[in-house]
Amino acid sequence: MTASDIAPDLGRDLARDIAAAEAAWHRARQREVWRRRLLPAAGIGAALAIWAALVYGLKVPPFIAPSPLLVATTLYAKLDVLMVNLVPTAIEAVSGFLLGNLTAILIATVFVHKKTMEEAFFPVVVVINTIPVVAKAPILVLLLGNGMEPKIAIAALICFFPTLVNMVRGLESVNPQAMELMRVLSASKREVFFKLRLYNSLPYLFSALKISASTSVIGAIVGEWVGSTYGIGALIIQAMYNFDSAMLYATVIVGSVFSVVFFLVISFAERMIVRWQAPVGH
Amino acid sequence: MLAAEQAVATPPPSVAAKTSAVACRNVSMRFITDRRTVTALENISFSVERGGFLSLLGPSGCGKSTLLRIVADLVAPTTGQVSVLGMSPQQAREQRSLGFVFQDAALLPWRTALQNVELPAEVGGLRRRPSGAPTPRELLKLVGLEGWEQSFPHELSGGMRQRVSIARALLGGPRLLLMDEPFGALDEITRDRLNEELRRIWLETGTTILFVTHSVYEAMFLGEEVLVMAADPGRVREIVPIALPRERDLSIRETEPFMRVAAKLRGLLGRGTP
Repeated sequence: MTASDIAPDLGRDLARDIAAAEAAWHRARQREVWRRRLLPAAGIGAALAIWAALVYGLKVPPFIAPSPLLVATTLYAKLDVLMVNLVPTAIEAVSGFLLGNLTAILIATVFVHKKTMEEAFFPVVVVINTIPVVAKAPILVLLLGNGMEPKIAIAALICFFPTLVNMVRGLESVNPQAMELMRVLSASKREVFFKLRLYNSLPYLFSALKISASTSVIGAIVGEWVGSTYGIGALIIQAMYNFDSAMLYATVIVGSVFSVVFFLVISFAERMIVRWQAPVGH
Repeated sequence: MLAAEQAVATPPPSVAAKTSAVACRNVSMRFITDRRTVTALENISFSVERGGFLSLLGPSGCGKSTLLRIVADLVAPTTGQVSVLGMSPQQAREQRSLGFVFQDAALLPWRTALQNVELPAEVGGLRRRPSGAPTPRELLKLVGLEGWEQSFPHELSGGMRQRVSIARALLGGPRLLLMDEPFGALDEITRDRLNEELRRIWLETGTTILFVTHSVYEAMFLGEEVLVMAADPGRVREIVPIALPRERDLSIRETEPFMRVAAKLRGLLGRGTP
C-alpha cells in the first residue's frame, strides 16, 4: 500500500510528506536489520583479534594455547578425523535427546493425571538430578558397558530433568477458566489433554528442548571422557594428553558448532509449530 | 426425573421447576477455611422463566458468581435445591444445555476465532445437535465478526475476543446462557455496544440468559428482571422487574422511568453494605 492509496483526495504536498516519512521509516528499519547482523560479527571479530594479540604478544607456546590461525589450519587439515569422530557423538547426543525428552514427556503426562505418582516420585527425580554428570558417567559405564549405550544414557539423563519440570508446568498451568469451560462442555480427561493441556505445554516444552539441545551434546562428550576411543570427547582427552592445543581447540569448535546447529534446528521447529503468541506472565 | 422426585420429596414446591429455566430453593453455600467458615450464600430462592433475562446485581463478594457457578454445575451448593431446565444442574450440563461466558474470554490462543467457536462441537460428545442450529460461521456473523474467522485471539481486541466467546457459548443452541461479568474488563464504549448487541442476540435466539454484573445500568438495560443481592452473607435483597420495552437502545438510559428504577436499585445496593 502506498500513501496515495490511503489518501487519494489529499493534497499532493501531504501525499509527498507521507511518502517521505514512509521512505525514512523503511531506511531506519533497514539500518536496524544491518545493525543486528553486523554487531555480533564485529564482536566475534574483536574477540578473535584479542585472542591473537595475546598469543602473539605474550609469545605463548603452541602446547599451551594456539593462535586462531593455527586452529583454523588444524581445523582444515584434520577435518576428516574431526568429522569421523563427530558422527558417534552426534548419534549419542540426538538419541539421548530423543530418549530423555520422550521419557520426560511421558512421565509428565502420568504425573499430571496421577497426583499420587508425582508426590511419590518427584523427590526421587530431584535427588537423581543433584548427582553431577561427571559422577553419573562412571556409574553408567559400569552398568551399560563401553559402547554407545552409557553415552546415550548420560545425554538422556541430562535432557530429562528440565523437560520433566517444564512439561509438568506447561500441562498444569492451563487457564482455569478454560478448564471450567471444558467442564461446562462435559469434556473427557482425554479431550482436556489433547485439546487443552498439550497445546498449552508446547511453549514450555520448547524452552526445555532448546536447553536440552545443547546439554545433550555436553552429556555425550562427558560420557566419552570416561573410557572411550572414539568421539569428540575422546579426541579432547587425546589432544590434551598430547599437548596438541590446536587440535584441542579445533575439536571444541566442532563440538560447539554441532550444538549450535542442533539448537537452531529446535528453534526453527518451535517457530513452525508454536505459531500463536506464547503465553506471557507465567 | 430428579426434579420430579425432589418436588415429591419436599411439598409444596413454591417454584414451578417444570416451566422455569432455572429455579433455586433455599440454596446455601459455605466454604470452610483454616480460620473460619465463610457463608457465601444464604437461603437463596429465585426462579427465571424460560426465555427470560435475569441480571444478578450486587457488590463484590456477594456470591453472585458463585450462584452462577452452582447453576452451571461448576460447584455444588452446601444445601438447597437447584433445578435447571427441569433437571439437576449436572444433567443439564451433561446434556449440553448450557452455554457459559467467562469474564476473561478464555479463548484457546492456538485456535483461530472460527476454531474456537467450533470447540464445543469437538468435545464432550455433543449429543443434541438440533437441525437448523446456526453453524460456527453464522454465529460469528451474529456477533458481528464476519471476516475475522481466521484471526488468532492475540490479533483481536478485547471486545472482539469476548464476541468470539459469546459465539462459542451459543454453538449447539444452548437453552440457557450463563454470563459471568463478561464485559467487566472492557472499556465503556465497547461495553455499551456489546450490551445493545447482547439484547439483540437474546431477542433473536430466545435463549434464557442469566447475567452477572456489578453495574446498575448494565443490569437494568439488559435484564427483564434484576435480582439485587447483598453481601456478607450473600443473600437476595429484592427481585425488581424492569418494565421497559423489549426493543431497547442505549438512549433509554436517559429516560425518566429508567432513572427512577436505577435510583431504587442503587438504594437497595446501598442498604446492603454495612
